[in-house]
Amino acid sequence: MSVLVYTESENGKFKKTALEVASYAKAVATQLGTTVTAVTVNAADTSELGNYGVDKVLNVTNSTLEKFSAKSYAAVLKQAAEKEDAKVIVVSQSADSKYLAPLLAVGLNAGYASNVMEAPSSTAPFTVKRTAFTNKAFNITTINTDVKVVGLSNNSFGLVESSASASSEDFSPTLPEAGVTVQSVDKATDTVTIADAEIVVSAGRGLKGPENWGMIEELADVLGAATACSKPVSDLGWRPHSEHVGQTGKPVAANLYIAIGISGAIQHLAGINASKVKVVVNTDPEAPFFKAADYGVVGDAFEVIPTLIEKLKAFKAANA
Amino acid sequence: MKILVCISHVPDTTSKINFTDGDSKFDTNGVQYVINPNDEFGLTRAMWFKEKQGASVDVVNVGGAETEPTLRKALAIGADSAIRVNTEAKDGFQVAKELAKVVKDGGYDLVIAGRESIDYNGGMVPGMLAELTNANFVTNCINLEVEGTNATATREIDGGKETVATSLPLVIAGQKGLVEESDLRIPNMRGIMMARKKPLNVVDAANAEPETASIKFEKPAPKGAVTLVDAGNLDELVNLLHNEAKVI
Repeated sequence: MSVLVYTESENGKFKKTALEVASYAKAVATQLGTTVTAVTVNAADTSELGNYGVDKVLNVTNSTLEKFSAKSYAAVLKQAAEKEDAKVIVVSQSADSKYLAPLLAVGLNAGYASNVMEAPSSTAPFTVKRTAFTNKAFNITTINTDVKVVGLSNNSFGLVESSASASSEDFSPTLPEAGVTVQSVDKATDTVTIADAEIVVSAGRGLKGPENWGMIEELADVLGAATACSKPVSDLGWRPHSEHVGQTGKPVAANLYIAIGISGAIQHLAGINASKVKVVVNTDPEAPFFKAADYGVVGDAFEVIPTLIEKLKAFKAANA
Repeated sequence: MKILVCISHVPDTTSKINFTDGDSKFDTNGVQYVINPNDEFGLTRAMWFKEKQGASVDVVNVGGAETEPTLRKALAIGADSAIRVNTEAKDGFQVAKELAKVVKDGGYDLVIAGRESIDYNGGMVPGMLAELTNANFVTNCINLEVEGTNATATREIDGGKETVATSLPLVIAGQKGLVEESDLRIPNMRGIMMARKKPLNVVDAANAEPETASIKFEKPAPKGAVTLVDAGNLDELVNLLHNEAKVI
């Protein structure tokens, strides 16, 4: 038996979440006294995985898997789990992994815990801590089946390097009829996504109108950050729904979350609570967000943000 | 087309989250329950299929009698009938297995659920249900069109969206975008009166077993006080983010 981990790649290159789930799988494998097997799909170079604790890589190379299919990918992982006699399967909580995990759990008759934050506190019973109530609480959950699927929250465990080298073999599972066929993908390639971002710059109604987002984008650009917005801003159509963060929008688990002109409604705070450091800029010192923030600036965004951009540019230049 | 909309009965988004019984149970004291927001977007889209394409729309919940007001609200919004599977919802797999029986018994073509419930955030019931009923599945669905047995759906992906072609039987996990917030319907008096007469069928559970168990809850540690930085001294903010927080 081993711990199986799905290490997602994009254009042949591993995502940061792939290295994080590999690090996590290594921690679980150490607790269980076993090894880590990673499954990769159309990844070019898998040697990097050894640095994060992977002992063995199953390489799947198949042109029909170039476009994502939850059913096909779940079938790949199911067959890999059976081949390796894996009792624990670890996936990230990327959009694709969240899509395939329930299908995989049914296929393996496995209990599935999503949004897991930490290594198991016990392996018998297998006990994990997961977020619930949209980050307003944690739920300690046991998975009671022989085979277990764990969905690790992005940016929760971090990367843990270990100096191993992974062996590698080709793996050719049989693919099912997908049933769902991708027709088109509309994806910005030059911007950082909220899911992958280490820094997120978010703005609310305090910006007064969509024409004022230039400085938000510039600030994000300087920081290499993703842009996001509050619910009212997306409801007003100032920004796309895909930028809406909060309870009914996207969760944010960034290292740094900068909220500009967002008062901090309970639903918004729930969505961003998993972020590590929060900075708020607001004209109203009574805005609820100040109670949830680490650093605050009481001031007008139209004065604070351009100055902050200049200061950060100077900082970047000095530390380049 | 026969549509089944899965309705989760969840605390209102403004609810204070507290626990009782040694932090093992959610404290329902003073909590208002609503249709899970992600499910309500799906229900509203289902109403569109009913009105424009003559679909029938049933709603279902797995839970005790306390969830019936939430099902009645769905009927007041316009669903034709409601089903309550009479058992406590214990985990995602158990709920999916109970729903799979309802789907098979009712011969539904399209099942619309929410991306996740806003209480347990499991995000697994729709996918498990699709797999258990041998249906196609699209998650994070922000657009859905059905013509005959063919469907076109758009799914939100990390950093963009993806349009897919698929066919009935189909399960989708919806979210905002499936309809807009402004499309949501507040039940009117006529709808509420009619809902009282619509069937709400209580069915026996298949007694599916859960595969996970909730042991206890914890609340995040209280937050320390905010460090305020003067708007005229933003060098200090950059300094704190670099040297203290170490995030830039």
